[in-house]
Amino acid sequence: MKKKHALSTRLWHWINLVCVVILFMTGLNISNAHPYLYWGDWGFSPSQAWLALPKFPGWATIPGHCSLAEARDWHILMVWPFAFGLLFMWIAMLANGHFWRDLRTTPREWSPTEVWRDVVDHLKLKFDHGPAKFNFLQKLAYGSVLCILLPGMILTGLAISPGFEPAAPWLVDVLGGRQSARSLHFLFAFGLLGFFIVHIALVLLAGPIGLIRDMVTGGRNEWGGKL
Amino acid sequence: MNTSIGRRGFIAGVSALLVSACSKVAETDAAKSLFSAAPEWQRKIHRSLASRMALAKEYPRSAISPDFRGNGSRTVDTDAYRSALAAGFPDWKLEVTGMVSTPLSLGLDDIRKLPQRTQITRHDCVEGWSAIGEWTGPQLSAILDAAGVKDSARFVVFRCADTYAGRKYYESVDMVDARHPQTIVAHSLNGEPLPEKNGAPLRMRIERQLGYKHAKYLTGIEVVDTLENIGEGKGGYWEDRSGYQWYAGM
Repeated sequence: MKKKHALSTRLWHWINLVCVVILFMTGLNISNAHPYLYWGDWGFSPSQAWLALPKFPGWATIPGHCSLAEARDWHILMVWPFAFGLLFMWIAMLANGHFWRDLRTTPREWSPTEVWRDVVDHLKLKFDHGPAKFNFLQKLAYGSVLCILLPGMILTGLAISPGFEPAAPWLVDVLGGRQSARSLHFLFAFGLLGFFIVHIALVLLAGPIGLIRDMVTGGRNEWGGKL
Repeated sequence: MNTSIGRRGFIAGVSALLVSACSKVAETDAAKSLFSAAPEWQRKIHRSLASRMALAKEYPRSAISPDFRGNGSRTVDTDAYRSALAAGFPDWKLEVTGMVSTPLSLGLDDIRKLPQRTQITRHDCVEGWSAIGEWTGPQLSAILDAAGVKDSARFVVFRCADTYAGRKYYESVDMVDARHPQTIVAHSLNGEPLPEKNGAPLRMRIERQLGYKHAKYLTGIEVVDTLENIGEGKGGYWEDRSGYQWYAGM
């Protein structure tokens, strides 16, 4: 039985979209203030950087001009709905069974032949996948976003806040130092961008109108069906 | 949208619409009040998750970075400062004023005679970089106690000798950060007198906040009950000039 999208899922999906887009684009503006990434505890000059980032253009940043102060205003505000939204989604999907029923993978799904078949199906743009809500690659993508990338953004963001650090100094140590935490913050952010691009591409290929409608109204309970 | 330039143009167009919508929203009164409220939520949560006196991480000597970057003002651009620097600041005074029972005027020798704290800490700039150095100086709380702070005092304002882009630098913290054990008036970096670019001869260390709070070229400590009448009223140079957050713990 393929179930509707729960109300909690739909609400969170759209709130999270707004939060992530604003956090990402203000993050690019913040990045422009010092576009170098380091490993370890310290790092302050380009010669120490493992990566020099490009200057992100005005159309990709919020605000559209270079302003660390205004970008941080947004970033500091939007982390609240982002973090509490994710907490709400986790509670809801553990409570309503969404996580165990639809997102958890089974050992059988990890077998190379099964994974390969799923990859080939995706490349052929065959999105029918029987009675389960999600196929393996979807579970892997949504699961990684919910379990690793989104919580990772919050944890690495907390770790680079000097006012938070005394509450959990171990967090900075586990991440390999403050500059490593900052690098991971960027890497997770670009991981999310990668997911975002693939997600939108697949929605466009699989029938955007129906899928977007379902993510608003919840869709119908049905057997099998699309995506 | 047959070409990749067309597709890129489309994405840039959608994005630019979003950017301009966001600047419209940012100008509303509701957004402005949320922007000033959010850092206060962060301050409250930081202070409720850890003890108010909890220390920022201190590092071993081996963790000290090979250089300590100087940012913002790298000197005080006056002849008086240059000659004082050359002479070792024999006449530099730190004035402690405002809501205190005994205003003080401390020379560098007075400051070195107070009980000293040495700490190897990480400095995090709002831009994103970090450097590690060993700082030595008396705790601000010792100076405040010597001056006798009045009960209704709420903030400590740091007055500086430097001007940046034509304006006087200054900063401020509340009494919790002022009395934090790692809040020191540093006169030494890595065992040497403060270098010029790092704020010689005196600078603040406010270890649980970002670098712009750590006022350099320190000339005065003013105890007040409101920040309204100081500078343009937002509590610091960057707060007044660019709208930086007064609480810089994130």
